[in-house]
Amino acid sequence: MLDFRLKAFRHWQKMKMPNWAHLDLPDINFQDIIYYAAPKKKKQYESLDEVDPELIETFNKLGIPLEEQKQLAGVAVDAVIDSVSVKTTFRETLAELGVIFCSFSEAVAEHPDLVKKYIGSVVPYTDNYFAALNSAVFSDGSFCYIPKGVRCPMELSTYFRINAANTGQFERTLIVAEDDSYVSYLEGCTAPQRDENQLHAAIVEIIAHDNAEVKYSTVQNWYPGDKNGIGGIYNFVTKRGICKGDHSKISWTQVETGSAITWKYPSTILKGDNTTGEFYSVAVTNNFQQADTGTKMIHIGKNSKSTIISKGISAGKSQNSYRGLVKVARKASGVRNFTQCDSLLLGDECGAHTFPYLEVDNESAIIEHEATTSKIGEDQIFYCNQRGIDTETAIGLIINGYAKEVLNKLPMEFAVEAQKLLQISLEGSVG
Amino acid sequence: MLKISNLHASIEGKEILKGIDLTVKPGEVHAIMGPNGSGKSTLASVLTGRDIFDVTEGKVEFQEENLLDLSPENRARMGIFLSFQYPVEIPGVSMVNFMKTAINEQRKHHNQEPISASDFLKLMRDRKEVVEIASNLTNRSVNEGFSGGEKKKNEIFQMAMLDPKLAILDETDSGLDIDALRIVANGVNKLRNQHNATIVITHYQRLLEYIVPDFVHVLYKGRIVKSSGKELALELEEKGYDWIKEQ
Repeated sequence: MLDFRLKAFRHWQKMKMPNWAHLDLPDINFQDIIYYAAPKKKKQYESLDEVDPELIETFNKLGIPLEEQKQLAGVAVDAVIDSVSVKTTFRETLAELGVIFCSFSEAVAEHPDLVKKYIGSVVPYTDNYFAALNSAVFSDGSFCYIPKGVRCPMELSTYFRINAANTGQFERTLIVAEDDSYVSYLEGCTAPQRDENQLHAAIVEIIAHDNAEVKYSTVQNWYPGDKNGIGGIYNFVTKRGICKGDHSKISWTQVETGSAITWKYPSTILKGDNTTGEFYSVAVTNNFQQADTGTKMIHIGKNSKSTIISKGISAGKSQNSYRGLVKVARKASGVRNFTQCDSLLLGDECGAHTFPYLEVDNESAIIEHEATTSKIGEDQIFYCNQRGIDTETAIGLIINGYAKEVLNKLPMEFAVEAQKLLQISLEGSVG
Repeated sequence: MLKISNLHASIEGKEILKGIDLTVKPGEVHAIMGPNGSGKSTLASVLTGRDIFDVTEGKVEFQEENLLDLSPENRARMGIFLSFQYPVEIPGVSMVNFMKTAINEQRKHHNQEPISASDFLKLMRDRKEVVEIASNLTNRSVNEGFSGGEKKKNEIFQMAMLDPKLAILDETDSGLDIDALRIVANGVNKLRNQHNATIVITHYQRLLEYIVPDFVHVLYKGRIVKSSGKELALELEEKGYDWIKEQ
């Protein structure tokens, strides 16, 4: 492990900050960053009364239970008996099936062979600047292993995992799905997280063997900075999966509403034959937020298929970019790709950009790309007004309708929260 | 119920309505006819609060309130309904969700609890029968991919759901074939009662064979130049609008 970190660190020292993205990046002083945040780093409050009332208001709008509110806001809470027992039964059920779901540090200690075999196999430390940084300093994260032939009976969520809180800014997630297995994995939280950490550089690696299916859903709502663009999280994440075996499938679904700057491209390498890669994304930017997000679909296997649906929503003075690569290798015959990129603008000071890249080396590939840019129409809002619906609610309805194709891909309870989240993120953005 | 006095309205400095006077009482149906560009649709827009028009003079009272002071959504919640000439598509928003939101906003305005899911479904079923709208229309997104006729039927369905005090039908007959026209008109007739009123805006007398008005007004160059009973519509049909222009 130390060896892996050191190699990564030496490599990182030789690298430079990337500057190709359509982002306005401030310089980051990497010496100033605290690389290991012990769980008590977050400020602890005695009671909810001390917490920012704006935060509490948002919690209430999202309908988050009181106990959970306390945990999220960093109020000292005694262990909630109920949730401990839930966690225990949860773990027992998984253990019976042979599913391993634990923190990364536990995995290093208990399953060193598995970790060694797969870590860095999809995202090598040489991959990019932030991946190298993460590989050198990652603090903890999640490890998930689904044995052959097992359909994981529940959605695996970091929320349920013991020790999930305060895993820090350099998380690493590794998911391995053996032959004929299935898992749906949820990451993130719809509640706004105020965190002292400025930089989050996480890595997610997924390996899907023959006939395996992995569904990875994210709802990201890190602190985006205030209305004037002061503060906020920089979220630079490398997420990549490999459909290693034939007939395997990896599906990414993401709802991105937070962070001052988001830089991430959940990607899939379609190595096996007849594999499927999917990417469904909604990215919302408001005020001074910047997002540069999209996907890469690397088709290597024959008859591999990919679908990309990206919905960008920009408001305020924000910038929202889709950047995607579809690559078809010379020997990959019968490849199909469909890409749809839609942008919705609110107001006239925001920007939406689309940067699709296509590299096709096999003549039999069928690649489709559709893109639209639209504004919420005055006439749509007036139509809602005339039915008694005020403008703010009308925008919420229209936005959720626009993002429906993606929200439908989320697990049920996540989808409901994500809908509310979209509405809240855009509150006050139309005068 | 509705009292319009000396209403003037303009768009980008151009005056469209030049002093309208009109009183509508509960139980009445008023038809407003007139040639293109006479200000018919502008009147509908001003009454419902579309902000592209500036009201420069005059007053509108609706149920003893100064209508022009209210936001469009509050006018709607008080019971003013506009059947749009060109209904707007809202992709991805289901009719069920849209109608439920609208009804609950109205209920909130009247200090009522939100409607229960079962009552709502019952209401939908019931109202669908009134306007003879096909079941599958309400399973789709608001007006998305609807034909011209389906959009107009959907307007009348929404009217049935919201049960307005004053319904304004803006050229509801345009683009309808004879069967759709009959269905739409039947729906409107079934919804008529002693407590509500309807303003029918139309070019043609044809719709008024199905929705029989108590009064017919002719709007010309931003003014009501003639008001009479239903026979005026027939006279107009026969003599054309030139007859009005000559007077």
